[in-house]
Amino acid sequence: MSANGERAVTWLPEIRTRGLRSALSGPALSGGADPADLSGYPDHPPRMGFFTDTSVCIGCKACEVACKEWNHVPEDGLNLLGMSYDNTGGLGADTWRHVAFIEQRKPVAMQDAGVSHAGVALPPDGSGTPPEQAAMTPTTPGGPADQLRWLMASDVCKHCTHAACLDVCPTGALIRTEFGTVVVQEDVCNGCGYCIPACPYGVIDQRKGDGRAWKCTLCYDRISDGMEPACAKACPTNSIQFGPLDELRERADRRVTELLAAGVADAQLYGRDPGDGVGGDGAFFLLLDEPEVYGLPPDPVVTTRDLPSMWRHVGAAAAVMAGGAVAAFAATIFGGRR
Amino acid sequence: MSQSDVTREGLRGKRPDRDATTGVNLPRRWRGKHRAERPVVPPAEFTSYYGKPIINSPVWESPDIPGYLFLGGLAGGCSLLAAGSDLTGRGVLARVTKSGAFAAGALSVVALVHDLGRPGRFLNMMRVFKVTSPMSVGSWLLGGYVPAAGVAAASALTGRARWAGAAATAGAALLAPGVASYTAALISDTAVPAWHDAYPEMPFKFTGSGMMAAGGLGLLTRLLPGAGPGETEPARNLALIGWAMESAAMERMQHRIGLSAEPYSEGRGGRYVKAGKVLGALGAAGAALSGRSRIAAAAGGAALLAASAATRWGIFHAGLASAGDPKYTVVPQRQRLNERARANGAADGQDRA
Repeated sequence: MSANGERAVTWLPEIRTRGLRSALSGPALSGGADPADLSGYPDHPPRMGFFTDTSVCIGCKACEVACKEWNHVPEDGLNLLGMSYDNTGGLGADTWRHVAFIEQRKPVAMQDAGVSHAGVALPPDGSGTPPEQAAMTPTTPGGPADQLRWLMASDVCKHCTHAACLDVCPTGALIRTEFGTVVVQEDVCNGCGYCIPACPYGVIDQRKGDGRAWKCTLCYDRISDGMEPACAKACPTNSIQFGPLDELRERADRRVTELLAAGVADAQLYGRDPGDGVGGDGAFFLLLDEPEVYGLPPDPVVTTRDLPSMWRHVGAAAAVMAGGAVAAFAATIFGGRR
Repeated sequence: MSQSDVTREGLRGKRPDRDATTGVNLPRRWRGKHRAERPVVPPAEFTSYYGKPIINSPVWESPDIPGYLFLGGLAGGCSLLAAGSDLTGRGVLARVTKSGAFAAGALSVVALVHDLGRPGRFLNMMRVFKVTSPMSVGSWLLGGYVPAAGVAAASALTGRARWAGAAATAGAALLAPGVASYTAALISDTAVPAWHDAYPEMPFKFTGSGMMAAGGLGLLTRLLPGAGPGETEPARNLALIGWAMESAAMERMQHRIGLSAEPYSEGRGGRYVKAGKVLGALGAAGAALSGRSRIAAAAGGAALLAASAATRWGIFHAGLASAGDPKYTVVPQRQRLNERARANGAADGQDRA
């Protein structure tokens, strides 16, 4: 990924364009602003992103594999997590795509398998995961026994419009690309780890034994050459769709209307709204249940939104400290005990 | 390979692994807190993905990072005491606090560098200056502060270059309140609920804690020959002011932020915070008696230093606990969404009426 290295100084336009004053007043929070514009790219391609339509995800994990192969992402633990068909767990330094797997007692709207098992004597405990015993799973206990659905969703870095990881990075290793995506320059990152707790989604993490922070690059190298990212290329059902964000948003709006009309009551778009706490995601999703069911925060907010207020409080506390020191000495003079 | 037999009556000889209940066999850190303990207050209702945390936990480690927070506060407080001691002619206190400021400042940089994934690339911190990154601001602050504190200490201990020493003492004192407080913005500027939600009080806790620690170190001066009660009086005052401020900020924060305050009173973080409160009260009592007793002064000073450190460790571990449990991320966000939906619903109702 030498392409990233060559763009080692692209943080400069951000400071230059936004200047100290606007940087002090926090990230630009006007909804719908193009992040590449904000970062000072004068002439840039349209903002690119992912629309992950989980309603057609079949949980094959081809995206996980393709991502690892293309990006040389190391093995992330050959574990059996004992919780579902998901043995990857979650996003991290060595997992840039993660397929979540959820089992629920809820009906799949408007679907008919076309076969009946009414005449077959099934073992009482055939599925192996009795949902009513699994209090910590999103599985809803007490639902009708004949209803069951599997939710599968491929999670990825959201490439936020207002990216906390990028804001807090003290080395400028995290940059905004001309496509409006967020990328770590591995030749700059010094592994301070600040971006990791800053991310409201739990995406970026530190690679063990390497020390640096890693995450999805939206295949910066591939899209720079006009190719689609590896995960989208490998997705057999087009659950992962790549393209200009405007187009994807239109397509997603049509799709969710279609699903709601078809009776999928919980279908909802997640991260699509440019007015949300992170200014909208560059990679957004169509979910069939609430976001927390998939391990996504229901209402994420970029932490730096409060930073101007934080700095004001720091300034006040620093002034009080200086005043306290003056008072500590003044008391000895006016106390007359010396 | 399956060891069970399929019979007309169902499966026979099933092994427990087939029956493994989702979520039960997860490592302890993945489980919701309410599974292990039975709290008096019923647990907040929430959904999560197999109890897995939503945000990734900080990879910062103890003692590096809590130590870095503690030492920054100590250094800042010491530099203020040092400057005041110079102005009021307290030579012993000045030497102790100048040495303390430099040692603490330098050690805090060492702790920060040691915690880096790539310590050799520390200087990359100086590649940019970003106000959106408190760590960047802090690196530049420390870059100016530590050398100044070093010159001040060297001049005080050797008695040479007095003008340079005085200038460095003044410079260090100017930067000191910043050094003691920026770390509050550093940890608050994250998605960690216990840290982020406490951001208005955190800087006051941190500067209070720094004053308390520096005052404590100043009180230890009483063990040195030639240091009477008058010498350490400002240290005592600073310690008491800091203790009061830190305690008030902590109290206010714990009452204000609701669920996010829970890790400050439970588990490992809670134990450290509690220890900090007890030590702080003892230290304050010792400081109050420091005019009469050398032993009370020294014991109080040591307790105040320990109290400041314990609080920092408590804040650090409370943050880790709140990052590791999805409850702290999901419940407040879900509440926020529900309230917004209710407000919108009410507005819709008014529109219709």
